Amino acid sequence: MQRNASKPWLGALSALAMLSATAAAAQDKITIGLLEDVSGDIALMGAPKLNGTLLAVEEINNSGGIMGRQIEIKHLDPQMDNARYQEFARRLIKRDKVDVLIGGITSASREAIRPIVNRSDVFYFYTNQYEGGVCDASMVSTGAVPEQQFSTLIPWMVEKFGKKVYIIAADYNFGQLSAVWTRDILGKLGGEVIGEEFIPLGVSQFGQTIQNIQKAKPDWIMTLNVGAAQDSFFEQAAAAKLDIPMGSSIKIMLGFEHKRFAPPALANMHAVANWFEEVDTPAATDFKKRWRAKFPDEKYINDMGYNAYVTVYMYKMLVEAAQSTAKEDLRKVIATGEACIEAPEGRICIDPKSQHTSHHMRLISVDDKHNVSVTKDFGLIEPYWLGEVGCDLTQHDPKEQYDPNNLPKK
Amino acid sequence: MFAEIFSILFQFADVFAFLVLAAAGLAIIFGMMGIINLAHGEFITCGIYVTVAGVQQGLPLPVAQALGALTAGIIGVILERTVIHRLYNRPLDSILATWGISLIVTQGMLVTLGSSWAGIGTPEGSFQVGEYTFSSYRLVLFAAAVLVMLALYLLFMRTRYGVLARATMQNPQMARALGVRTPWIYATSFGVGAALAGLCGALYAPTMTLIPTMGITFIVEAFVTVVVGGANVLIGTVPAAMVLGAIRTALNAWQGQIIGQIGMLIAVILVIRVLPEGVSGWLLRRNR
Repeated sequence: MQRNASKPWLGALSALAMLSATAAAAQDKITIGLLEDVSGDIALMGAPKLNGTLLAVEEINNSGGIMGRQIEIKHLDPQMDNARYQEFARRLIKRDKVDVLIGGITSASREAIRPIVNRSDVFYFYTNQYEGGVCDASMVSTGAVPEQQFSTLIPWMVEKFGKKVYIIAADYNFGQLSAVWTRDILGKLGGEVIGEEFIPLGVSQFGQTIQNIQKAKPDWIMTLNVGAAQDSFFEQAAAAKLDIPMGSSIKIMLGFEHKRFAPPALANMHAVANWFEEVDTPAATDFKKRWRAKFPDEKYINDMGYNAYVTVYMYKMLVEAAQSTAKEDLRKVIATGEACIEAPEGRICIDPKSQHTSHHMRLISVDDKHNVSVTKDFGLIEPYWLGEVGCDLTQHDPKEQYDPNNLPKK
Repeated sequence: MFAEIFSILFQFADVFAFLVLAAAGLAIIFGMMGIINLAHGEFITCGIYVTVAGVQQGLPLPVAQALGALTAGIIGVILERTVIHRLYNRPLDSILATWGISLIVTQGMLVTLGSSWAGIGTPEGSFQVGEYTFSSYRLVLFAAAVLVMLALYLLFMRTRYGVLARATMQNPQMARALGVRTPWIYATSFGVGAALAGLCGALYAPTMTLIPTMGITFIVEAFVTVVVGGANVLIGTVPAAMVLGAIRTALNAWQGQIIGQIGMLIAVILVIRVLPEGVSGWLLRRNR
């Protein structure tokens, strides 16, 4: 104690040495801050997200890392709690000084951390399909959006089944905004929403909802229910012989309901997705083989897990093209319009105006044995909507979320 | 017209059954024994998972369901003997302990059993009234709810065990002085409560998603029904479930699930404000 006190400069010097050593180590590695829910109500969807990221990082590290630098993951589990999302996002950005932030499942969690990301200079990748419309230079969205999912699904459903639609949706921003999209697209096709029900998260009993639908007699149902509790709708509707076609932007490819419920609960469900495990192109088969080798117990390689995997490669491509991890340098690469990678679904690119991603979209249908087949292949679809309505992140950064009822002011 | 009336009655029976079955076990553990059991949902989950595992092993559904209730009951007795019996008259500690157990169980199940299981499907059978079709299994649930309440009444009012249990809950010192083995009474009562929670899970297992945290979806309904019912569970639970069920069914039909849930919770606040001892306290005072 006394010896240290007599030579304070020695302590200071060693502290300085340690500091520079950690700085050098940080230089060596690229740190990904990862926020994925692997416990709680949506763990069954979040676990594959974590696995997708782990697989991509392992592959990249084994083949030399990003610009020769290894990747390190700092994963925290916010357990679908938005307050924890905010706390953990702050911790990863301020204390752990991560190079990039990835993750979030629900739109509520994304909107909870976006302001925190915006006050920092860390780039944020949201890897889920969602209700679309976020025009924010700090965020890249790598999942599918309504112009890729609804603008394809709804016209097909209208042509095949009819114009009268009943919507059941989870009562939070995703459900509400997706319902707005459905109404908007349906209106342009001369269809109509003849019934609409928003369900509080956590509700598991649907007797009344099923009867309301039977009374309304829609041609088909748009199912935007979220979370494991609300998924009970399918079992209860099937038991009550509610035999009406269903469409969705989130079922099958995210929560693999066709594997979790006994047939025929999900029969006659139709969804449009950029990924689902039943895709069988050579690139997809190869990807699934690598995934199953690392995670043999995975119940279903879902769209979220796939997007999480692809996102790490997207980040690698951006950093290597920019030769930097700084957000502004990465955005310069995106602005060229050449930010593309070869993903298992095919070649996909980040759109400079909206910083959303183009995707290869397929319409999948479930039969009464719960087999999934591709009913229609839409090919590559750009995330065009934000650019069309006036979001251009190469010019302005409004940091807003828009929807058909809330367009940017021209 | 008949179809409309039948549909309203059917929905009421459905909500009533859910409230009664979710609350029955808690009515004994919380209502009678005074243990604020935050692990109630996990006893329900236990019933669900054992039932599903049983069916997957080839057991007939009713046998698997009985096994689910029995397993939850046995675990309840073991838990009472190891943890809960230290916590009588320590309500805050019992909240913490049972909450801890709940967290350990849900996370433990997530780690060992995985994030989801494949469902077993609701037993076949549906019937049609007017333009509506209904699942026959929902009638089984309603019948089970009525039978559970009847069995509880007979157990506590007509058997020797029932007399001893009520005596122990009312005045443990006096019961002990008269030769009642109160630790045994506590353990079996807790076991009965846990078994009823397990039975609730077993009955709803075919109709729901299977994830480790699914017990939580029963918790709110269970607690509000018991609180509205008041201390005397034999008199209180049924009228409480009827009042809450009627309010919820009417609002669900009129304005949808959000208003239904809000309305039910507002009704709970009003009842507690007007009748602090719950429905049973009010009924007892009126008869005195």
